[in-house]
Amino acid sequence: MESSSVIHLENVSVSYRIPGEQLSGLKEFAIRWLQRRLQYREFLALKGINLDIQTEEIFGVVGRNGAGKSTLLKVMARVLKPSSGRVVVIGKTAPLLEIGAGFHPELTGRENIYLNGALLGYSRHQIETNLAEIISFAGTEEFIDAPIRTYSTGMVARLGFSIATSVRPDILLVDEVLSVGDIAFQEKCLARMNDFREQGTTIVLVSHAVERVRSFCERAIWLDDGEIAASGKAGDVVHQYLLTSA
Amino acid sequence: MKKISANYYDSSKPMHPFWEEFHALIAYRELIFQFVARAIKTRYKRSLLGVVWTLLNPLLTMIVLTIVFSQLFKITIANFPVYVLSGQLVWIFFSNTTSSAMSEMLFSGELLKRIYVPKSIFAMAAVGTGLVNLLFSLIPLILIALLLGVKINFALLTWVLAIILISGFALGLGLLLSTATVYFADMLPVYNVVLTIWLYATPIIYPLEIVPQPWQGLFRFNPLYYYVELFRTPLLSGVVPGFDIWLPAIGFTLGMFILGALVFASKSSEYAYRM
Repeated sequence: MESSSVIHLENVSVSYRIPGEQLSGLKEFAIRWLQRRLQYREFLALKGINLDIQTEEIFGVVGRNGAGKSTLLKVMARVLKPSSGRVVVIGKTAPLLEIGAGFHPELTGRENIYLNGALLGYSRHQIETNLAEIISFAGTEEFIDAPIRTYSTGMVARLGFSIATSVRPDILLVDEVLSVGDIAFQEKCLARMNDFREQGTTIVLVSHAVERVRSFCERAIWLDDGEIAASGKAGDVVHQYLLTSA
Repeated sequence: MKKISANYYDSSKPMHPFWEEFHALIAYRELIFQFVARAIKTRYKRSLLGVVWTLLNPLLTMIVLTIVFSQLFKITIANFPVYVLSGQLVWIFFSNTTSSAMSEMLFSGELLKRIYVPKSIFAMAAVGTGLVNLLFSLIPLILIALLLGVKINFALLTWVLAIILISGFALGLGLLLSTATVYFADMLPVYNVVLTIWLYATPIIYPLEIVPQPWQGLFRFNPLYYYVELFRTPLLSGVVPGFDIWLPAIGFTLGMFILGALVFASKSSEYAYRM
């Protein structure tokens, strides 16, 4: 492990065990088991990935749908434990994976800020210190005491992003989130991410929007079928990716 | 070099999953509080009668059963309404806590695919929510006891210990059931059937005396029997139950907690794959 690495992946594989047929429950499982007909298929989403991401680096991941990009991010975010290999992550990590997950429709915006903040591992003190800033960044001041179920999709996404980025993390994991919200809000998100990078946050960005990876990231990998097909300067990797997928 | 702290994650660190989960729960204690607050708020938010409803159900059952046993079966038991209600409160705490530990785990599948949270948090929050509701419902129980002329004394202080014991048992079973529900989606209805049988196998809504003498020994194998006794005796009789009740209760709590925690911890890293 290199001394300046904050994310270190060592021969990481992730294999999903997919039942041959969908088993609906205990009853069916018992029947199949008795009949010795339980069959599973292994699906390797990541195959022996070795990767080191340095501190303060802006790192991009490109690849087709189903290439393992999101799985890679989940392994870094501690959501999935790798089937084999080793993952080390040093620093406070904030995942921006499909923000808005974890909101409760019946609770107000304000109550959801506390709930969502706690889900992200913030202390009550951190949430209270940043409450005003979270609300104003999301632009939801007028509706903050109304239940979330009355919010528009865009408002939910804005509030989600605002909470997730209210405390500057050491590592920010971003998965396609910039596709939500209108142009003005996307600009705000990018501006905040730029602030973070200037203050020393390491950012891992997974995106279909290769232009964004090219302009925003320094280094990148191209993930294909669970393996690293290319790695190096973001511009070069995106170039190679576009050549083969065009 | 950065110092190794709570913000250091190593997927292959040689720590037992039980301790890993324990550390994570401490770091996420605010989330337990938020889940409990959410459960209480959403339960009472949309209906003014929310609090009343929760208490009305056991109170109505108490009234009906008192009439049934005193008028139809002509059985007279001193303070039967208090007997029924105290048993029911323990039962409601136990059944709600264990089943919501599983359902919360099941319904949070989408969340667990997206962000990391210590997964035992759902069982912890279920116990927390159950405790808050139990404390609420102690108020009418004590009021009714006083109204019916039950003499309340210091033996009631042992409730604290009794509640800790049943919470530990419910937490252990909740963890065990949460593990099962990740693997088998129909665990919830299966457990509901088990609960119905378990309710009738415990002297909660019927007097112990109507069970034929030779059968009464079977209650010794039912953990809930001890917890109900621990809760009921100090209120109804004003005495602290003997060691013949305390020791099995402690044994069942320790056994179930250790079993649940170990099974849960050993499987918890697989949940995100299964949900």
